[in-house]
Formats: sequence, structure tokens, C-alpha cells
Amino acid sequence: MASVQFADVRKSFGTHPVIKGVDIEIADGEFVILVGPSGCGKSTLLRMLAGLENISAGEIRIGGQVVNGLAPKERDIAMVFQNYALYPHMTVADNMAFSLKLKGAPKSEIDKRVKPAAEILGLANLLDRFPRQLSGGQRQRVAMGRAIVRDPQVFLFDEPLSNLDAKLRVAMRAEIKELHQRLKTTTVYVTHDQIEAMTMADKIVVMHDGIVEQIGAPLELYDQPANLFVASFIGSPAMNMIKGKLDPNDALKFVTDKGVVLPVAKAPESAKGRALIYGLRPEHMTIAEGGIPASVVVIEPTGSETQMIMRIGGDDITGVFHQRISARPGETVGLSIHAEATYLFDAETGKRLV
Amino acid sequence: MTATTNPPSALGALTRNNTFMGFLFLLPAAVFLLCFLTYPLGLGVWLGFTDAKIGRDGVFIGLDNYKALASDSVFWMTVYNTVFYTFIASVLKFGLGLWLALILNENLPFKSFFRAIILLPWVVPTVLSALAFWWIYDAQFSILSWSLIKLGIIDTPINFLGDPNNARFSVIAANVWRGIPFVAISLLAGLQTIPQSLHEAASLDGATGLQRFRFITLPMLTPIIAVVMTFSVLFTFTDFQLIYVLTKGGPVNATHLMATLSFQRGIPGGQLGEGAAIAVAMIPFLLASILFSFFGLQRRKWQQGGQD
Repeated sequence: MASVQFADVRKSFGTHPVIKGVDIEIADGEFVILVGPSGCGKSTLLRMLAGLENISAGEIRIGGQVVNGLAPKERDIAMVFQNYALYPHMTVADNMAFSLKLKGAPKSEIDKRVKPAAEILGLANLLDRFPRQLSGGQRQRVAMGRAIVRDPQVFLFDEPLSNLDAKLRVAMRAEIKELHQRLKTTTVYVTHDQIEAMTMADKIVVMHDGIVEQIGAPLELYDQPANLFVASFIGSPAMNMIKGKLDPNDALKFVTDKGVVLPVAKAPESAKGRALIYGLRPEHMTIAEGGIPASVVVIEPTGSETQMIMRIGGDDITGVFHQRISARPGETVGLSIHAEATYLFDAETGKRLV
Repeated sequence: MTATTNPPSALGALTRNNTFMGFLFLLPAAVFLLCFLTYPLGLGVWLGFTDAKIGRDGVFIGLDNYKALASDSVFWMTVYNTVFYTFIASVLKFGLGLWLALILNENLPFKSFFRAIILLPWVVPTVLSALAFWWIYDAQFSILSWSLIKLGIIDTPINFLGDPNNARFSVIAANVWRGIPFVAISLLAGLQTIPQSLHEAASLDGATGLQRFRFITLPMLTPIIAVVMTFSVLFTFTDFQLIYVLTKGGPVNATHLMATLSFQRGIPGGQLGEGAAIAVAMIPFLLASILFSFFGLQRRKWQQGGQD
């Protein structure tokens, strides 16, 4: 086990920069998730850590040692690939034992390490199968088994769940998290799915366009997004964003471009007179008599909660309510907004002001 | 309007019969195969049992042609030559072709240019390249001899096609030159079906370049190697053009292959029956190599999908 540091790491393909100076500190034993939309450079960063891509500038350290010049096999890391990359001509047992065989480990030691790993992952009775004969979830587990057997310094996961169906993904999510709690190996995990990031990570790194937008614990990112990008990326359904300005006469009133007045808890000087974006999480509103009038567009009941798309002024907003809703599309309901839970963003820079 | 009902016609019933329609669709291909494959092959086998000469229909003489061949030292010489030629050339083509494929699979500058140019020996008509080799191996004007003399390595020109052993290796070299592109390009196609992530996973698992080749590339390439080498062996075993242009089987039958001897006895020699018998004698060898590939080609356990 080891800590990992990225220090001003950069990467260009030709003249095209894809990683534009990334600094990340990962403590020993931490579960860190790199999350971002496709093309943000998260997978490239992971492959640079693995040694599969060159580092154009900056330093990557594993356990304090700079690994820029080390070949993948010298870095003592294990990686789970998106397509699993199982060796198709080897049985499950041989797949898991491959790294030990290359090291020339005796058969007794190989057994001693493969068997328990297979037990942990529920693969004990599949050891003689070939990858073709396994289901997606089983292949996923073999790929993880191959990593566990190595007992490496760092585990890397490159979108490991994206080839699984929704139900299996939820199950594997819990399995990976449990595995990490048991093994306590430093883990770097890449995904584009913010739910995966929120549910599994000790620390999330939100990336966008080759830079780090924000680093923090899952709820920290949720409650205090640094900017519009993080605010819109984390959370599902996404945060509502409405353009407008503060009322020049009463700074605790936000006037949307369409003329609707929304409540604000506090307004810093810097926000006054600027073009702003009002951020409101879908769960921070309730239906109340005499609230802001909102006409119902679509109602989506999911059982435990109800999502409702409403129109206030000309802006569509989404609300999530825990009570059952009797309103019909086309009707008007009153919305009470929890002013202390709202955000204000600078429309130009995207930075959060409140 | 009243609805009209067609009485079920015999033709309609036939066109709905899958067996009949299947037979109908097979017919053109079957006729083609019968006319152009089965008939010539059958005729060749039949001629081998007759004493046919050019201009005279033969009569059935049983195994007399084969009995004569069994005690014919020239025939046994060609069998030896053919096996030697096929074995050495195939081994060289496989080794060099695989090596070339591995190089072309790397990220080289001008990769597509080299991939295209590598096909040239395969594209040029055999007779043309054979003529070029004829000059390269010429007793007086050989560019190879000339270069070696200029470099001071030898004093007199090498007698490439005049000495039996030189001639054997010279024709093998020409055959290898011509056959490499097929092997290299086919194996390159095979190499490209191996996912890059397997190599990445193996290098993370601690494999060196040589170990990746031994444990990943080679096992995953075996099915394609089996196909490619079967074809290569068949082409080489039945080679005719190259020998016919370069040496016509000489010197003293040192490069005579079964195919060239069959032609020489059958057409210029006029002994159609004997020529056919020599050609038929190639069949067991070809069958053996096809059987070898049949078992080599059988899907390995890891290639089979699904639950067991």
C-alpha cells in the first residue's frame, strides 16, 4: 500500500493538450474516484499512473517514489480494465495466477493466493472455466481477482462497471466498496457516473477538460460545489439553474430574467449588479399554499419519491418531493423554496458566490 | 367485388418447399464445381490408370504406371526434392513472415506505405519475378556475384543454378521471397485482432516483451497460423512456374519437383498417363497437410462460447 501524488502533471497528444496541470494528493489506503464527462482526461490520467501513457510534464509519485521513468511492471500496481482484458486462452485460475507465474512463484504459493481470492469473490467453483464461459459480472470479478492476487501498492479501476446492466452495477458497486474496506489498498477509480462516485468514494476528483474542477468528499462536493460545472455534474436529478440578477433594492430577492422573484438567504457585495445564476437542488423545495406559482409540466412518480417538472416564469425546474402529489399536468401549484439551501453563481466565471 | 381464391397450384407448393428451393439455389454452384473441379480431377485420376499418350486414347492398364514410378529413381528424387523444398521454404516463410508481421504491427513511421509495399512480391506475376531471379542468379551477369566480387569476398562468380545444391537453395530463396507477403499480411491481420488491452494487462502483470509474445501473442495467433501455413504449404508443394522458368528441373534433376516432372513427362514427353500418375501421387501429401490443418483448426476449448 502506498500514497499517490500527482504534481502539476501534463499530457499532450502532439500539440493537443489533454491534461493541463493536475495536482492530486491521495493518502495511503484512500478510495479516490476520478469523475468527469467523456473526454475530460480522467482515463488518460489513470493510464499515466499505470505507466501505459507517457507523462509530458510534471511528476507522479507512488509511495513517495517518482515513477515517471518506470515501466508499468516496475510500478507494482494492478489495473481492472473496462473490457476486463482477461486472457481468453487461460482458465480463471490461470488468469489470476499469471502475474505470480511470471515471477516464478512455486505452485504451492500460487494456490495459497489464488484460492482465498477466489473465495472472497465467489469464484471458487469457476476456476476451471474460460472467460468466454462466464457472465459479465463473473468476468468482472475475475478481473478483480487478478488484481487482488497481486497484492499491489495501488489498485486502478478504469470504468469497470460500464459494461454491466443496471442491476448488476449496483451490486458490484457494493462489492467493490466492501472489498476496499477489507483490503484497505489505495484505490484510484475512474468513472463518468457521478452516482458511482458519490456512493463509493472517500474522495472525489471532478475533472473537466483536462483540469481538476474540485477535490473533496462526496457530500462536500454536493453541499459546497466550487463552481457551476461541479454543481451541475454532481447530483441527480441535476441542480436547477436559473439566470437572473439580485433586486437592486432588496438584495435578498433574486429576479430571474423572466421576472419571477426567488428568495435568497444572504447576498455578498460581490454579487450585486452582476449577471448571476441561481442554483436550487430539486429536493430543496416544498409544495405550499401561497408559494411561487408554478405550472406542472410532467409528473414522474418513482414510488419512494415523485419528480415533477414545473415552469416558473419561462424557466423549467425539476423538483423532488417525498409526498405523493395529486396535481395534474397543466395545473398550478405553489412552491416554497428553502432560501438557506440556494446557491448563487457568477454567470461569467461560473464561480460560486454563495 | 367478390373475393377470388386461387386454387393451390403445384408450382406454388414447390416454391414454398424449402428443400426444393435449397436444391434450386445450389444447382448453379454444383454445376460449376462438377464441370471445372470434379471432372478434371476425375479425368486426371483416370488417366493415371491408362497408358494414354498425346494423340492416342489410352487403355486401362491398372497400376502399371505406379509400379513403373516405384522403381524410377528420378521420380523418387522429385519426391525428395518436393518435400525438402516445401519444408525449408515453409519454415523460412513462417519465421520471416511472422517477424515481418510483428514489425509492421508496431507504430512505425510510414506504416501504411510499408504495408502496401510488402505486398509487391505477391502481386507481381510469378513468371515476371522468376525472370528477374533468373538474371539475379545468372552464371555470368549475376548482380549478387558482381557485388560480392566488388566487395572482395569472392573471386569468381557463384554458379547459382548450375550446381545441384546451389540450385536447390536458390529456388527456395526465390520461393520464400514470393511467399512471405502472404504469410506476413495474414499474420498481421491476425495480430490486429488481439486487443491492445491484453498486452497492457500483461505488462502490468509483469511480463517482459518476450513473455508477452510467448504467453499472449503466440497462443492467440495459433488458429490463424494453422490456416495460413496450410495454404502456404499447399502453394509451395504444388509450385511449378518458378521452377519451370528458373531451372526447368535441372541441373541433373536437382530442382525437379513432382509438379514439374508431371508436366515434363505428360506434355513435352507425351506420356499423358505417366504424367497424370505423378500428379495423382501428390494427392496423399496434400491430403496429409489438409488433415493436419483440419485438426489444427479445430476450435480450441477457450474459443467456444456459452455455458457448458
